[in-house]
Amino acid sequence: MAITEENPGYKWVGTRPIRPDGLEKVTGKAQFGADLMLPGMLFGKVVRSPHAHARIVSIDTTAAEAMVGVKAVITGSDFPDLAANGAHASDIDVANNAIAREKVLYEGHVVAAVAATTRDQAEAAAKAVEVTYEILPHVLTVDEAMAEGAPLLHEGMITKGVDPAPEEPSNVASKILHERGDLDQGFGEADVVVEREFTTKPVHQGYIEPHAAVADANSDGRAHIWCSSQGHFQMRAYSATVLGVSPGTLKVTAAEIGGGFGGKTVIYLEPLAVRLSQRAGRPVKLVMDRDEVFRATGPTSGTRIRVKMGVSQDGKITAAEVWMAYEAGAYSGSPVGAAGMTAIACYDIPNFVVEGYDVVCNKPRVAAYRAPGAPMAAFAVESVLDDLARDIGMDPIDIRLANAAVEGTQASYGPKFPRIGFVETLEAIKDHPNYTADLGPNQGRGVAAGFWFNAGMMSSATVHINENGTATVVTGSPDIGGSRQSMALMAAEELGIPYESIKAVVADTETVGFNDVTGGSRVTLATGAAVVDACRLIVEDLRARAAKTWDVEVDQVEWVDGQAQHVDGSQPPLSLSDLAAKSGRTGGPISANASLNSRGVGAGFSTQLCDVEVDPETGVTRVVRYLTAQDAGRAISPDYVEGQMQGGVVQGIGWALNEEYIHDQDGVMENPSFLDYRIPVASDLPMIDCAIVEVPNPAHPYGVRGVGEVGIVPPMAAVGNAINDAIDVRMTDLPMSPVRILEALTEQSD
Amino acid sequence: MARTHITAVVNGDETEFLAEDGTSLLNALRDEVGLTGAKEGCGTGDCGACSVMIDEKVTTSCLVFAPEVQGATILTVEGLADSGELHPLQQCFLEGAALQCGICTPGFLIAAKALLDKNPDPTETEIRYALAGNLCRCTGYDKIVRAVQEAAREMRGQ
Ligand code: FES
Ligand code: FES
Repeated sequence: MAITEENPGYKWVGTRPIRPDGLEKVTGKAQFGADLMLPGMLFGKVVRSPHAHARIVSIDTTAAEAMVGVKAVITGSDFPDLAANGAHASDIDVANNAIAREKVLYEGHVVAAVAATTRDQAEAAAKAVEVTYEILPHVLTVDEAMAEGAPLLHEGMITKGVDPAPEEPSNVASKILHERGDLDQGFGEADVVVEREFTTKPVHQGYIEPHAAVADANSDGRAHIWCSSQGHFQMRAYSATVLGVSPGTLKVTAAEIGGGFGGKTVIYLEPLAVRLSQRAGRPVKLVMDRDEVFRATGPTSGTRIRVKMGVSQDGKITAAEVWMAYEAGAYSGSPVGAAGMTAIACYDIPNFVVEGYDVVCNKPRVAAYRAPGAPMAAFAVESVLDDLARDIGMDPIDIRLANAAVEGTQASYGPKFPRIGFVETLEAIKDHPNYTADLGPNQGRGVAAGFWFNAGMMSSATVHINENGTATVVTGSPDIGGSRQSMALMAAEELGIPYESIKAVVADTETVGFNDVTGGSRVTLATGAAVVDACRLIVEDLRARAAKTWDVEVDQVEWVDGQAQHVDGSQPPLSLSDLAAKSGRTGGPISANASLNSRGVGAGFSTQLCDVEVDPETGVTRVVRYLTAQDAGRAISPDYVEGQMQGGVVQGIGWALNEEYIHDQDGVMENPSFLDYRIPVASDLPMIDCAIVEVPNPAHPYGVRGVGEVGIVPPMAAVGNAINDAIDVRMTDLPMSPVRILEALTEQSD
Repeated sequence: MARTHITAVVNGDETEFLAEDGTSLLNALRDEVGLTGAKEGCGTGDCGACSVMIDEKVTTSCLVFAPEVQGATILTVEGLADSGELHPLQQCFLEGAALQCGICTPGFLIAAKALLDKNPDPTETEIRYALAGNLCRCTGYDKIVRAVQEAAREMRGQ
């Protein structure tokens, strides 16, 4: 077969072997965050604020300290005061979120922590810590937080991005703005204009493994942390900041991670565990309850978004106006920036204004969640686009094709797109049998699309050739969804040895060079590129060693199928195992390191097709058929590419239909359990059909784009558009729960 | 605090351990017996990550007090493989990529075994309902359901 872009002739890349870490995970041996036991280990427990907003008047730990088995009690005053030390504002926020100093800003905010010899003793001691609060008025939503005269979370917060800067502080941390063309002219050219307002609620990443950390501190100031995170180098950096120590004094080992989706890029327990361990002189384990996970970690923003778009009769979008406000939770940093950049990035629109606000409120500080910020904006934009298509009588794929961003399109957020595969995802949906499958009564079909940048960032990898010619591939990127497999597949391809001869591992912060977090869909792209670089250094070294052995110039040696071959065949080939066995005589051990800072990210697009059935009596929506088409660039590991696509879709279906944070009037979360915060279960769903599109990213050695995130961008609109198709009701508020559907149906009949 | 002495057959071995009356079976298995395969995802019976079989019935071990299993026979994920040979479910989960992070996998394997022990030829819907007490946030369940279908086929000798 000819070697083409579609069929590059790879031996390992694109195959579906068993993953390197699979056996441990089906036999119960894999060590996750909470599984580690150390001799003499204590159990810790965190004390949390019951109030949404309050001043800490005093904390009395004497009763707790006197209790049986209690070895340490810490509060905010056990940590350096970063504000007083003139630290960077973002570091101060990280520290204050880890443990409150003067004020608590949300229910669940940490105020103290204890360590004791048993779990029960720790729980009892945590209850005995006496905190006196002066309760302050709170704000829970962007509407409340932006209202005139709203109580302030941070007295000195002056909105950034506004010129001239406002004189009065507010809860608006920053404003973003993207503009092009002339809005009035654009709307003037439209034949149809639709304007709608949407709201979404905070939703949690919902990883099944609660946060966990074990710390073992030495009396000389060094400490070893084991934790479940998306980036142990990041945890080291944040912990060092909060503790006021040099990062080199901390060693962080990545436990297996039981899901993260962005929510485990944040520090919570690690510095507390270290301080408790220092005070107690023994290792300390801290594990959150599910309740704590909901109240104090994640979620992503609740939002209010207004979208106005116009199209001409031929389906061309002439103008778009987007206004959005995103909850940041207790500290600035909502993903409104990314939302603003992604909102209309799928389309080539001549005239637009996208305006966004990052708004603090008395809820947990939001954390990244899969394509952070993009899904809510896409829900709004893709719903309005669906209405426009209906109004002009155009097929929903065709209207997207008529406006789709292609290579060379000036992205709404600035740069020109290099080669991208959005059109190919649209065509993949249109060509699939699901697109024309029959619909039953009360059933409807919806289409939606989504964009995500994907990230690059910094990675390091080390490759060692073992004495028998097998290889160990060492990276520092926690493997959250099968990345060890993609590392091993790329290394097998490069070295020309079987996948089974390669062991891919994730090393601690002292064993491999720096790696940024596992996030932004970046690991197969960037850490993968580091692995490829290291393998290529190894191959160069192997060729030099063969040349030396044969006493020829190195350009006479080629590396083919795991062997050094002389170009004219004048020497018997030397296999990797031959060369490894003789390494002592040709220069010593064979090993290479590579470190890099991203080599060109490749944007990701996804188009999805959803069929639902809505029960008009109960308002219950069932997804009956689902298809997702996504441009992977190159699917190194198709099994786990599909896994990312399917997982993202199902999280999106949960967001669309069920999931939401519910707070009472006092700002206390009312549904902090999987019983009341209901994520999708197997019986809610059909199979999720996948169409992997491969339009290679020209900037990656194998064409990888990254696949982890964009799959969660379209589902809310796809579901909403399908509901609209089924019952002729446009849902504008998430979740589209049975109650809301019934309300909308009643309104419709009135 | 007084601790109760408990004897139970765990993964085929007679096992003795101590636990306080209020300790969950899950914590006793993890902290006292040293079997950390069963996971705590919620502690309230809502996620299934802690699933074990007690006298052949699948149970969320976070909701059972340790002293209740006195004299019982318990199977955890660590006991699924037979002298190193994987159970067909384990093999099919591996081959079918039915796990991503893997935190839910022990619970799914136990729940699926309980299903196939009773019903060797379940429909897709029966599988989906039998696994509805187990949460997975990574996979969207597609590959899990397929892996159970495949294991059922293999176990029926097809
Ligand atoms: S931990 Fe037992 S059901 Fe979740
Ligand atoms: S594989 Fe991660 S929760 Fe199921």
